[in-house]
Amino acid sequence: MLKILVCISHVPDTTTKIQFEGDGSKLNKTGVTFIINPYCEYGLSRAIGFQEEGKKVAITALCVGGPEVEPTLRRALAIGADDAVRINADATDAGFVAKQIANYCNGKEFDVIFTGKESIDFNGSLVPGMLAEYLESSFVSYATHMDIADPESMTAQVKREVDGGEEVMEVPLPAVISCQKGIAEWRIPNMRGIMGARKKPLSVVSPNESLELVATVQFSYPPAKGNCQYFQPEDVSKLVDSLTNKGLV
Amino acid sequence: MLVEPQKSAKVAHAYEAPDYYQLDGLLTEEHLLIRSSVRSWLNEHIAPYINDWAQNNQCPTHLVKEMGELGLFGPSLPEEYGCPGFDEIAYGVIMQEIERVDSGIRSMCSVQGSLVMYPIYKYGSEEQKRRFLPLLAKGELMGCFGLTEPDHGSNPGGMTTHFSDEGDHYLLNGAKTWISNSPFADIAVVWAKNPDGKIQGIIVERGMPGFSTPEIHNKWSLRASTTGELVFEDVKVPKENLLPGVTGLRGPLGCLDKARYGIAWGAMGAAMDCYSTALRYASERMQFDKPIAGFQLQQKKLAEMLTEITKMQIFTWRLGTLMNEGKATTAQISMAKRNNVDSAIHIAREARQILGGMGITGDYPIMRHMMNLESVITYEGTHDIHLLITGMDITGISAFR
Ligand SMILES: Cc1cc2nc3c(=O)[nH]c(=O)nc-3n(C[C@H](O)[C@H](O)[C@H](O)COP(=O)(O)OP(=O)(O)OC[C@H]3O[C@@H](n4cnc5c(N)ncnc54)[C@H](O)[C@@H]3O)c2cc1C
Repeated sequence: MLKILVCISHVPDTTTKIQFEGDGSKLNKTGVTFIINPYCEYGLSRAIGFQEEGKKVAITALCVGGPEVEPTLRRALAIGADDAVRINADATDAGFVAKQIANYCNGKEFDVIFTGKESIDFNGSLVPGMLAEYLESSFVSYATHMDIADPESMTAQVKREVDGGEEVMEVPLPAVISCQKGIAEWRIPNMRGIMGARKKPLSVVSPNESLELVATVQFSYPPAKGNCQYFQPEDVSKLVDSLTNKGLV
Repeated sequence: MLVEPQKSAKVAHAYEAPDYYQLDGLLTEEHLLIRSSVRSWLNEHIAPYINDWAQNNQCPTHLVKEMGELGLFGPSLPEEYGCPGFDEIAYGVIMQEIERVDSGIRSMCSVQGSLVMYPIYKYGSEEQKRRFLPLLAKGELMGCFGLTEPDHGSNPGGMTTHFSDEGDHYLLNGAKTWISNSPFADIAVVWAKNPDGKIQGIIVERGMPGFSTPEIHNKWSLRASTTGELVFEDVKVPKENLLPGVTGLRGPLGCLDKARYGIAWGAMGAAMDCYSTALRYASERMQFDKPIAGFQLQQKKLAEMLTEITKMQIFTWRLGTLMNEGKATTAQISMAKRNNVDSAIHIAREARQILGGMGITGDYPIMRHMMNLESVITYEGTHDIHLLITGMDITGISAFR
């Protein structure tokens, strides 16, 4: 039996119009739809893939967050996780989150821990590496492929993209794998899955004491887009003139 | 032969569901998950192609199995027969999402779930339920519902299709018309007069000698759904195919309640898509140096559309809670079906005008919705007939004859 933990981060939908609260230190969540971080969802899909390949797996979905993240975990259950865990704390600092997950993993003997390559909200890419460090397990980041040819061997075959090519690796389990596009296809929960998710356990655990090492002081919007000037393909010389006049070439 | 059509980028637009009164707050997290899942599937598999299918008069029968896998057939029927077992609001939400994309696809699902699976569930023997429901739920069998006849539309009680008892089987004769899904259905739930002259349901299977299903061509409406006839010429039907649970017109009418309830939600979906399209277009289309959304006449149209949609949303939600409690009456369902389809047609017509000339093209969904809704306002009881039902309910006097 492969024990798989899928870490899920709860993020604003990709089409959200981002607005901050008064002092700019927090996202304004009114009217925002939240989804499973798409890169985490790749991990979940890959985990379910093992099941479809006929491997015996137990898939736990985990999210560090307040009660508002439960619909996101419920969705993970509907897609196919067997049980879900919510660590009841605000996920603000990556070190804190990694510590919480590591603490939960303690003694549970997960063979594979999937995370996204990053969360599309803060784009830190920090949790997976820190988590692997806390767990003293192997770590592959930005994985585009993962197989466990023989579960008995306790090794995984992993591929990742590197500049101009692909890196093929073999890593001992347990391993933390941060997922990138390519590792699996997203799945849409079906109606029977949604109904089945009702009966699957979602447990809430308390966070353990650990320091938040980083605090966000302020977010700011990217500078407004400047005026664009368009040139037709046949007017390349005009483009060059314009850039020359501005002293840019 | 179904050709794989080109993906049309404009049609697979970013749809935004209007929710002016925060009515999503009346739905559960599960309803919202159902809605977003169904919407994602439709956006991927139906919305990009629906214009081409409708233009070419093609029904996406190749997706029936996938629709079954997703759980679009009979979502509120119980799990023991392979269905999701949701409540009636979930069923409504699903119908709304499907019809937001196309009434024809919704018709296909309504017929399968409410008019084929539901009567088997409600009036069938345990053996019939076990034999048919799981396969119908999975889309491995497709069904159709035969009530209307060439000479009996609004007055189905006058039907002439009938069967006689031949000892070890029944012999079925007659014809049905305007039957959704009939040309490719594997089974038909047919309402016919039994030897006592009482209406009863019977399951006719494709391949039974004497049973044919010619297609009706030249439709300007529901072009992505197939419609046909059912012709029975001395069809021998095994006795175990008779639905034992009900006799009389209340059999088919009971199924229609369920389907009409889904239509009330569905028509609202079509209206929401028309509104969302028109609002976006009006904000982008410049005339006289400003977006047309800035002109009072266009604002009046948009504001009234949203008002109507909001009323429909409250209407159907309340009806859904009554359905869940088993308290919704036929007359209440009639009122919602009639009101919502009528409002949707008006919204489609107004929305189409906002798009000017572009509104008549297949680059936008509105004209297709508008033409589809002409069927929706006619089938499952015409606009007039539903008014007569309400009239009879409040006065106690039938004005049907
Ligand atoms: C695309 C499509 C799909 C369909 N799918 C199915 C299906 O799957 N199964 C099925 O059984 N049927 C189906 N129908 C048939 C549909 O239910 C009938 O068309 C409908 O019931 C009306 O019947 P009719 O067309 O014979 O019209 P008629 O009954 O002839 O009505 C014509 C007009 O007369 C009016 N009228 C009739 N009686 C009265 C009265 N007493 N007082 C006032 N006005 C009256 C009607 O409102 C209507 O405006 C479908 C129809 C269409 C168009």
